[in-house]
Amino acid sequence: MEKYVVLKKKDFNDFVAKLALIQTVVAPVKKGQKSFAFQEVTTGQEISLHYIPTILPPKKYFMPQQETIMKFNKSKFEWTPVLEYKELTIFGVHTCDLAGIQCLNMVFTNKPKDINYIVRKDKITIIGFECNDYCDEFASCASMDNHIPNGGYDLFFTELKDSFIVHVNTQLGEKIVEEISLFTKANDEHLKELENLRAAKSKIFKNELNVKHSDLKGVFEQSFNSKVWKDLGAKCVACGNCTNVCPTCYCFDIKDEMNLDFNTGSRVRVWDSCQNEDFAKVAGGESFREERANRQKHRYMRKFNYPVDKFSRYFCTGCGRCTRTCMAQIKLKETVNALAEEKK
Amino acid sequence: MIQVPLKESEYIVKKGTIIRAKKMTALEKFFEISLAGNEVLDHDPGQFVMISIPGIGEAPISVSSSPTTKRSSFELVVRNTGVLTGALHKLDVGDVIGIRGPFGHGFPTNILEGNDLMFVAGGLGIVPLRSLINFVIDNRRDYGKVNILLGCKSPKDMLFGDEVKQWEKRLDVNFQCTVDRSDPDWKGNVGLITSLIPGVNLDIARTFAIVVGPPIMYKFVIAELLKKNIPERQILLSLERHMKCGVGKCGHCQIGEHYCCQDGPVYSYDQIKGKHEAL
Repeated sequence: MEKYVVLKKKDFNDFVAKLALIQTVVAPVKKGQKSFAFQEVTTGQEISLHYIPTILPPKKYFMPQQETIMKFNKSKFEWTPVLEYKELTIFGVHTCDLAGIQCLNMVFTNKPKDINYIVRKDKITIIGFECNDYCDEFASCASMDNHIPNGGYDLFFTELKDSFIVHVNTQLGEKIVEEISLFTKANDEHLKELENLRAAKSKIFKNELNVKHSDLKGVFEQSFNSKVWKDLGAKCVACGNCTNVCPTCYCFDIKDEMNLDFNTGSRVRVWDSCQNEDFAKVAGGESFREERANRQKHRYMRKFNYPVDKFSRYFCTGCGRCTRTCMAQIKLKETVNALAEEKK
Repeated sequence: MIQVPLKESEYIVKKGTIIRAKKMTALEKFFEISLAGNEVLDHDPGQFVMISIPGIGEAPISVSSSPTTKRSSFELVVRNTGVLTGALHKLDVGDVIGIRGPFGHGFPTNILEGNDLMFVAGGLGIVPLRSLINFVIDNRRDYGKVNILLGCKSPKDMLFGDEVKQWEKRLDVNFQCTVDRSDPDWKGNVGLITSLIPGVNLDIARTFAIVVGPPIMYKFVIAELLKKNIPERQILLSLERHMKCGVGKCGHCQIGEHYCCQDGPVYSYDQIKGKHEAL
C-alpha cells in the first residue's frame, strides 16, 4: 500500500535542520526578484517553498556543467578515469524537474551506459515538492502531463493547509522519515485534503498548447520545412541560454585541461549547445546546421520528435525555462502553437 | 565533490605507439599504430577510433587498414585541419597516442558476400573505404565483380598511389580513376567522379554501391546511382560527423533520432533517405 506521512508546518525548519545533519541539502533559494537557484542550505528559513523554476534545473547535480572524467600524466602516458560525485539531498524538486531527471536517466543508462552519471545519480536523494498552482504564464507542464507527480523521487511533499503530506516512495525515503522523527502517519482527513487539492488542480492546470499531447509528435514531424523556423532563426542570437537551462539538454563537449606543469592534466566533460555555430561542423568545414533557424529547429525536434522515436517520451518537461531565459523573446508555447496552426 | 578512480569507463584510453609515419601529401599524414602488448584493435572495415593526445584533446579518425592486413597494428590517415590533427602531424615513429574504440557500425561485409561491388571514393573517402577494399581483395573469392571508382582533386592529391597501382593491375578488379583538375603528367580521366558511373557495366540486382566522400559528393553520386536503378538498400554510405564521445551521448553527431557514432557511420541509402540533415 502507498505510504503517506505528515509533517506539521511548524516542524518544517526543524525537519530541514535535521535533514542537513544527515547529508548536504540543496534547495531552492531566492536570488532576485523572480530568480531562484538550488543551493546548499542548513535551515528551513533559507528555502523558498513557493518558487518559479530555478535558473538552472537540478540537472547541474546529475550532470555538472564541468566534470573531470580522466586524469592524465603525459610523460608517463598514464590515464586514470575518475568519477566525481557528492552525496546530496535535493529538496523541493518540482514535478517538471522530476520529469527532467527521468529523461536524463534514460539517456545515460542507455547502452553504452555512462557510469559517471549512474553512480552520481545513485548518491542523490530526491525530495519532490508539488505546485498547487501555476508558477507563471510560461509554464506548459499540463500539456506535457508533468503538473502532477509521476515518480522519480524518494519523498514527495504536498503543501496542505497546516501541514505537508508526504508520499514515501522508496526505502531511502522511508529511512529519512524514520530517522527524522517529526513525521506522523497521514489520517483520512489528510488524504481527503490531498484528494481535494488534486481535484482543484485539475481545474487550474489545463493543456496550455493548442495541440493534444498525443498529436505533438505529428506536428513536429510535418514541420521540417515550416516558415516558423525562419522566424525563429531571425530572432535567435545563438547564445545557448535555452539549452543551458533546459532540464533535458545533455549535449556535451570533451576537452583537455593541462596543468601548469605542462605534464599532468584533466580530461573534462563540459556542457555544450546545439545552438553554437560550430556544434555540427566537421573537419572539412561543412556544418550540418549552419543557419540559426536550423539549430532552433533541431532543439525543438530534440524535445518533441526524436526522443519519442528513441525513448517513447517527449523531452520537453513544460518547465518554461527556455522561454523565461530567452533574450530574443522566443516563446515555446508560441512556437508550438504556430506550427500547429500552420498544419491546420 | 569527491573524486575517485574508476576501473571501468567508456572514456578509458589505450596506449598506441606510432610504428610508421609518412607524410602523404601537403595535408595528409599516414600513421601505423600498434597497441600496447600487441593487443588487436579488432575492428570492422568502416569503423573509427578516437585518437587522443594528452593536453590537446581527442578526435574521431577512420581506420584505413583492413583487419585482414595485419593483426598487431592498424593504419590511419590524418588530414591536418584542426588542433588535434595539427598536433598529430608533429608526431613521428616512437611517439605514443591514446586510442579509444573501435566505434560504430562498419560496412556489412557478410551482407556484401556473393554480390558485385562498386566502390565510389571521392577525396579523403578512400581512407575509410580502403579498409573495405583491401578486406574484399584479401577475401576476393567471396565477392562477385569488383569495381573501384576513385576521384580526387588533382593527381598530387592521390593517396596510396602504390597501392592504387596494384589494384589497377589486378585482373579481378575493374579500376577507374579521375581527377577534377589535371596536371601536365596526367594521362587519365579528367572530370568529376559522377562522370565515371554511367560507363560501368553492372548487374543491378546483385550490385552494392559503397560510397564514401565529402558531404557534398553524396547528393550527386546517389543521383547517378539511382539513374542506374541500383536499389536504395544496396547503396551504402559512410557519413562524416564530428563525434566527441563515440558512445551515443554528446549529441554532436546526431541525425534525427540516430547517433551517427553508434548507429552509423555506415548507413544504407534507404535508412537515411529523406532524413532531415543526413546528407
